[in-house]
Amino acid sequence: MANLLANIFGKSPVRPLEKHVGIAYRCTKQLNGFFRAAVAGKWDRAAEIRDAISTLEHEADDLKKEIRMHLPKSLFMPVPRQDLLELLLVQDKMANRTKDVSGLVMGRKLQIPKPIAKEFLTFVSRNVDAAKQARKSVRELDELFVTGFRGAEVSMVESLIDELDRIETETDDLQASLRGSLFEIEDTLDPVTVIFLYQVIELTGEIADMAERVGRRLELLLSH
Amino acid sequence: MEAEIVYVVLAAIFGVFMAWGIGANDVANAMATSVGAKALTIKQAIFVAAVFEFLGAVLAGGEVTSTIRKGIIDASLLSGTPETLIYGMLAALLAAGTWLLIASRNGWPVSTTHSIVGAIVGFAAVGVGIDAVRWGKVGTIVMSWVVSPLIAGFIAYLVFASVQVLILRQEDPLERAKRYVPAYIFLAAFTITLMTILKGLKHVGLTISIANAYLLAITIALVITSIGAFAIRRIKPDPKLEKRQHFYSVERVFAVLMIVTACSMAFAHGSNDVANAIGPLAAVIGIAQTGVVGAKSAIPIWVLALGGGGIVVGLGTYGRRVIATVGHKITQLTPSRGFAAELAAATTIVIASGTGIPISTTHTLVGAVLGVGLARGIEAIDLRVVGRIFVSWVVTIPAGAFLAILFFYVFKATLP
Repeated sequence: MANLLANIFGKSPVRPLEKHVGIAYRCTKQLNGFFRAAVAGKWDRAAEIRDAISTLEHEADDLKKEIRMHLPKSLFMPVPRQDLLELLLVQDKMANRTKDVSGLVMGRKLQIPKPIAKEFLTFVSRNVDAAKQARKSVRELDELFVTGFRGAEVSMVESLIDELDRIETETDDLQASLRGSLFEIEDTLDPVTVIFLYQVIELTGEIADMAERVGRRLELLLSH
Repeated sequence: MEAEIVYVVLAAIFGVFMAWGIGANDVANAMATSVGAKALTIKQAIFVAAVFEFLGAVLAGGEVTSTIRKGIIDASLLSGTPETLIYGMLAALLAAGTWLLIASRNGWPVSTTHSIVGAIVGFAAVGVGIDAVRWGKVGTIVMSWVVSPLIAGFIAYLVFASVQVLILRQEDPLERAKRYVPAYIFLAAFTITLMTILKGLKHVGLTISIANAYLLAITIALVITSIGAFAIRRIKPDPKLEKRQHFYSVERVFAVLMIVTACSMAFAHGSNDVANAIGPLAAVIGIAQTGVVGAKSAIPIWVLALGGGGIVVGLGTYGRRVIATVGHKITQLTPSRGFAAELAAATTIVIASGTGIPISTTHTLVGAVLGVGLARGIEAIDLRVVGRIFVSWVVTIPAGAFLAILFFYVFKATLP
């Protein structure tokens, strides 16, 4: 029934966006277990987790496509449609990087050298923390919409984003230090492996970068 | 004499048929906002609507009914042939009812008010003569169709903006809600009661001085506010369903307010739309009783009651389904938003009823919702709906007119 009142409401992207960041985080979280298995050389276990990562990344992609399909230009929202679409994009990139880095390590059964293993796992874990903080921030979207993007809720979300920035800076420092540690032992390793190790570090670091960009996009929404 | 009885009975049947349609669609829209916001269950909504639509129709429906009955047509041109007016009104009723049926079957959203006004203008302009229509009045009515959604939107914008500033954006929204919502309850009850007393009670035979009107409105509003405040005090935050800011409980506080605005909405709707069904009936009865067109007789209460009754039956039968269907889709209209839209719409409609102008209650409510949306209160609004409103304007009036002209000539040829 083409009822005016029923049709005036478009499909709201808020809950789907919150759901999407949840899936992206669940995907990223797998990296802790994945790298623990990789470091220990348990490649069967690592393969299992890699499959889980892949499934979750596809789930995120599907949801992303669905959200995009339900955001026509005729939809009027309190914040610009483009800003929401860009937030969705960087959220999704967290899951993408996760899949990329786990694929790279799995494909080569890349062995993380024992001397830097502990430092490396800490680095991974801190990137996952950044993703978690991004999820926490995005999950405030519904409350932001309730308050019309003003007032007490905004201050609260801004402090969440500040924390996110701090974590990302920490990962930058950890990354620099990790690269330093790898540099010190790189002569003892086969050169091809070394190149890929650097690449793995860089890709993993991008997860926190994407998380930080999620925070940036949220800030843009807050500034309207 | 038998002829008159035939006319009255026919008009009554068509009128009740039309009233049923109004109850089934229009009222269901108005009440669906409260059901969708979970302020009322469907059963409660139907009960509220039954009581307040009826009250609105009987207490405040007289002015608009008067307009439909004799305000649109210059009846002096028909003094020699009163049957023409009877045929025309019957035709208009049947045309509007038929158009509503066709539109519902095809899923087109149409306004009952636009249908009946278009039908009456149609048969008068073509069946009698261009001069038979009071074009000035018609012009005012059509302008009000454009203006009423705008006014409702404006009021809704202001009301919801105040809610954001006073309650939603603060550190402690739940405490603030408990403090300020009773004030909104008072505002809602006072406004609707005052408008009704000042403008709408003429046809019930009550005359009250302006001072007493204010006093009465304040008293009634205070009573309602204390009941509401009592209900609000009993709301405790539910930690399981809350996030940090207690918005779930805040909405429950607003839900109490929404019950008041739901009653207002039903009352307002009854006061404006009952005329669509029984205005023509009142015209037929007037002529049948006195044989004279344009009689100054007041509208009998039983006629208003018949219209109100028809609406309630329509609501209780087919209207349940419409409420359920629409209510599911408008869950974005939480009580803090929904009350603003309902209050704005109800106020606008009651003012229109008091001044005797028939307006589209659905379009007014849509205008109010858009007003809340402009205040950034709605997550996602599909603007294509605005286009559909314009289309329905353009289509409904000619359709109603065309059908009315058709039926008019049929009746003219076949009826005694």
